Amino acid sequence: MTPLVRFDNVTKRFGDLVVLDRFDFDVFPSEKVVLMGPSGSGKSTVLRILMTLEDIQDGVVYIDGEPLWHERRGGRLLPAGEAHLRRMREHVGMVFQHFNLFPNMTVLRNITEAPVHVLGISRADAVARAEELLEMVGMADKRDSYPAQLSGGQKQRAAIARAMAMRPRVLMFDEPTSALDPEMVGGVLQVMEQLAEEHDLTMIVVTHEMGFARDVADRVCFFDRGRVIEQGSPDEIFSRPSEERTRQFLRSVLKEA
Amino acid sequence: MDTLSKLLPSLLQGLEVTVWITLASTLIGALLSFAAGIAKISRSRVLRLLAGLYIEVFRGTSLLVQLFWLYYALPVIGLRLSPEVAGVAGLSLNIGAYGAEVVRGAILAVDPGQYEAATALNFTPRQSLWRILLPQAVVEMMPTFANLAIQNLKDSALVSLISLVDLTFKAEQLRNLTLETVPILGLTLLLYFVLALLIASGMRFLERRLALAAGREGTR
Amino acid sequence: MLFGLHWNLSSNWAFAASIVPILLHGLVVTVEATVLGFLLALTLGLLLALLRTVPLKLIAWPVAFVIEFVRDTPLLVQLYFLYFVLPDFGITMPAFLTGTIALGVQYSAYTSEVYRAGLEAVPRGQWEAARALNLTTLRTYRDVIVPQAIPRIVPAMANYLISIMKDTPILSAVTVMEMLNVARIIGDRTFRYMIPLTMVGILFLIFTLLSSMAVRYLESRLPRQGIPLK
Repeated sequence: MTPLVRFDNVTKRFGDLVVLDRFDFDVFPSEKVVLMGPSGSGKSTVLRILMTLEDIQDGVVYIDGEPLWHERRGGRLLPAGEAHLRRMREHVGMVFQHFNLFPNMTVLRNITEAPVHVLGISRADAVARAEELLEMVGMADKRDSYPAQLSGGQKQRAAIARAMAMRPRVLMFDEPTSALDPEMVGGVLQVMEQLAEEHDLTMIVVTHEMGFARDVADRVCFFDRGRVIEQGSPDEIFSRPSEERTRQFLRSVLKEA
Repeated sequence: MDTLSKLLPSLLQGLEVTVWITLASTLIGALLSFAAGIAKISRSRVLRLLAGLYIEVFRGTSLLVQLFWLYYALPVIGLRLSPEVAGVAGLSLNIGAYGAEVVRGAILAVDPGQYEAATALNFTPRQSLWRILLPQAVVEMMPTFANLAIQNLKDSALVSLISLVDLTFKAEQLRNLTLETVPILGLTLLLYFVLALLIASGMRFLERRLALAAGREGTR
Repeated sequence: MLFGLHWNLSSNWAFAASIVPILLHGLVVTVEATVLGFLLALTLGLLLALLRTVPLKLIAWPVAFVIEFVRDTPLLVQLYFLYFVLPDFGITMPAFLTGTIALGVQYSAYTSEVYRAGLEAVPRGQWEAARALNLTTLRTYRDVIVPQAIPRIVPAMANYLISIMKDTPILSAVTVMEMLNVARIIGDRTFRYMIPLTMVGILFLIFTLLSSMAVRYLESRLPRQGIPLK
């Protein structure tokens, strides 16, 4: 099976700091992958590169066989222009740690704005789809509310609906519950589990929520200093980690819980 | 007091002119501010340069020099502007340059997460600017814009020096005629003060309406 | 001829070159008015800021009102007021002085706000710590509060200095021979306005740019946490 997402020898630097060093990574269609590891290990950077929020200094990123940050022109790979990036972005969506809902729009409008103005869908169709999604995330009664009136958990669920409205093939979650009060975490995780079950969606999730990983993930990848030092099924990683660093990290996470 | 009642109609004529020049130049100036402020953060180097030049020149030189230049120097190259046109043009260009920095600053001050979310949803940069960033930035700009509007009102008095018959021109004329300095100039100052207060409260009203529209207040 | 200097009308460049010394006479007046006006604004502003903190409402409120009134009315009208009213009260002084006072008064309304904001920006905890250590009010101001307020105050004041300079041409309305007035007179006499006015504009631009650079340099040299005292 060809990977849907492939990082091939990718290097990412922030100034002098090398965050990803000759990094290789594959994600397969319909896979649910969880990325874990200490902060600064590069997991969020992987998501951001895929979402075109960060560029790369070396290597190639492929989505469904086509380069993301490069264009094929005359048999060569040249840095991608804006038009190419926009085309590639259609495959990917993102849910942010801090929700990033548009404060000057209602929840409904947040969800319909991009489908209408980016995908060219009619407003009526966009609203219909939005209402379906709101139903799914349990926010149907909040469609006319503004983000300022919502709790953190509600905001994140609205953000998930917003991302799903664009029908991405890969939906990424960058620490979706880290900014939430403990009582709300469960609600959001539930929505994410629902997404994992009911939809033929590829999901890449950066999180510390091990319960979620255990229930939903096909594969857990453990990051440390810009590389995946260990990966496997949740069972393998959590019960029988082979790397010392992994064990260290799991211990510290468990101690918090 | 008797003298005041005789002088008032004449002063009010000047007041009317002051009001419309201030309104016109503030509105045109606001448009210029947005144009230059947005140009300054555009990806086109040419636009950035042009905007930067406009802002530096009009912020770096004195308004009265600009007015004199428009009114006295331009005829030399065949462009003869009336006091009204020169006055409104000078005021607009001046406030436009100061406002441009405010616009630019406010756009850059919007939470970067908003821009990232817009990018993630595949909005074009132009769509992101107009649909997401500007609506939020406008609320931030209002308090400073209110100050600029009042500054513009005060600056409008300078057009009297290029023969525009505004409130200050009338006041000077009357003072010259009647030598009743204190009542005339005192009343003139008072009229400007009242106008300034009206502008301030008008802008506060506008700011509140915009904040509501931008979903800031949380109650609807 | 102006200030005993002649201009050369043979060509544009000759004209421009010949009026430079004449404009410089005006520039001197501009600079003098700017500096004096600024000094007055600094002192008067401090006085006003202190008066506003007086617990007696009978003093604080009228002062606040006066500051607001001066801030919201045109400098030009205030200038006319001083120029024509003061003689009525028996105070006669050269127009230059009247103009400087007008500048100082108008800008004192701004500087008083800068003082107030600068002092307010010093965290409350500093005052409380000083009181806990039983420092006198004077010493608290001198060694704790003011050194911490200065890094915020100085750049704001420096920017007002630049603004004052850009406002000096207003003094031409009461015959003060600053730069713009000189240029205008040259224009009146030769009917060639473009060159003198453009040159004045350029001179202002140069001054403003140089001053802005100086302010930025100053800002970078002032430590954020306050003036260090050994």
